[in-house]
Amino acid sequence: MSGAATSARRPARPETRAALDVHGITVHYGDVLALDDVSLTLGRGTICGLIGMNGSGKSTLFKAIMGNVRPDRGSVSIAGMSPRQARRAGVVGYVPQSEEVDWSFPLSVHDVVMMGRYGFQGFTRRPRRADREAVAEALDRVELSDLADRRIGALSGGQRKRAFVARGLAQGAGLLLLDEPFAGVDRRSEATITDLLRELADGGATVLVSSHDLEALPRLADEAILLLRRVLLHGTPAEALQPEQLARAFGLDLATRRPTDGGD
Amino acid sequence: MPLDLLLEPLGYDFMQRAFLVTITAAIVCGVLSCWLVLIGWSLMGDAVSHAVLPGVVIAYLLGTPFAVGALAFGLAAVALIFLVRSTSRVKEDAAIGVVFTTLFALGLVLISVVPSQTDLGHILFGNLLGVSAADLVQVLVLGAFTLVVLVLKRRDLTLYAFDPTHAHAIGLNPKALGALLLALLALTVVVALQAVGVVLVVAMVIIPGATAYLLTDRFARMLLISPTIAAGCAIVGIYASYYLDAASGGMVVLTMGVVFALVYLFAPRHGVIGRSLAAARRRRGAAAKPAEAERQPA
Repeated sequence: MSGAATSARRPARPETRAALDVHGITVHYGDVLALDDVSLTLGRGTICGLIGMNGSGKSTLFKAIMGNVRPDRGSVSIAGMSPRQARRAGVVGYVPQSEEVDWSFPLSVHDVVMMGRYGFQGFTRRPRRADREAVAEALDRVELSDLADRRIGALSGGQRKRAFVARGLAQGAGLLLLDEPFAGVDRRSEATITDLLRELADGGATVLVSSHDLEALPRLADEAILLLRRVLLHGTPAEALQPEQLARAFGLDLATRRPTDGGD
Repeated sequence: MPLDLLLEPLGYDFMQRAFLVTITAAIVCGVLSCWLVLIGWSLMGDAVSHAVLPGVVIAYLLGTPFAVGALAFGLAAVALIFLVRSTSRVKEDAAIGVVFTTLFALGLVLISVVPSQTDLGHILFGNLLGVSAADLVQVLVLGAFTLVVLVLKRRDLTLYAFDPTHAHAIGLNPKALGALLLALLALTVVVALQAVGVVLVVAMVIIPGATAYLLTDRFARMLLISPTIAAGCAIVGIYASYYLDAASGGMVVLTMGVVFALVYLFAPRHGVIGRSLAAARRRRGAAAKPAEAERQPA
């Protein structure tokens, strides 16, 4: 996979169309510029790490891809479909940040994973046999079958993440978006999740992971994007980890008090 | 003898209707309250219930069923709250506070200037013993409709309450689900209005769900426990009001409050006493077997 951000490749056949094509997206929150002309293309079966500091626009980019935020300019295409079509087709899977989830909610692990199947179910979302089987298989793959009846909030941090990944699995999502999946997760669960994402990518899924964890990046991802409202770099993890690149992404020239783009 | 005590009130038509209306309201409120409690929409329940007051007065003036006016103002209140919140810098709780108190005040003013037979006390605190046959039909029809929609869409509503982002990601419309839940809240308030009145409706849409939440970790069970508790409290409350000659709406809500207090104290896992006993056990266990405690996830 070439890492060029501005790939001009125009594949002819639908099978080889980019799994995710973000084109020139700009997003404002009121007067605040959150994303500035962001373009990126991810092929099928790739894992891409999205690196940037808080406020760099990572979550906004996820929201724009999912269609939760309407960009001022630019377009998003997922497997050749509009975001709306892609959502309806069940292509988009999302693993939220821990802080976004109410962990005291009285739902079992099984209940949460079953929510991945709602898009395929009828008016009342009554689970059918195929749904139960998909959920059981997803739980098996993330090694949570034994804890299926446990309350979701009673799991450890890593187990919780695996449960949400299982929801994306049960959904059969071709594009998986994970927002800070390794925050507050122990090393072993991190390794389990990393292996699992690799398996998914080998099966043709495309994975976009935002992360603070730079150390784990080479093992996790095929590609990396440095984001600071704009795409600073889209290349290999090794390229992204070069100190001068990281300094740009994290505004490390703070020491000199020089005003940078990423003030906060 | 005790059986006679139970049967005696049922000998009166007005008591039969009182039971039917209150039990219906309690069941619908009990089911709805599960979502309100989990989303944190208690204040919204308070708002919608107070905001229906002018609707009831206007409906009386026009001679239309009170449910029509109440529903119109309940929905209008919800719409106004969202309008104020989304088009100004005022936050949601303040928007709720402004809208419902203003509408409630409008209702009070209307009652004071309009010459009518409407008894303010009956609207504010319910008029359980004066339920007419027509009122009963209204409540039963609206209650059944609301309950059916809630039960059929329960999985979507739960998804909306738990993870609206995921709902959006799989092609559902979380805004529409939120609007559906608020519309059902307005309907539920109308159903419960006659039983306990404007002021205490909010208790009916919060206490049963909050009580059930302390008793189970399963949402599906919460949906059964909450209306069961609500209906039980309604029955006990009406008998109590009959024999003590006390306000019926107040008695029903008071019973719910007492049951909540008991559950708050004595619930096996989430009660205050149960939790401190478990904590004490854990401390003793940890002292005896330090290695065991380390394996517990946080």
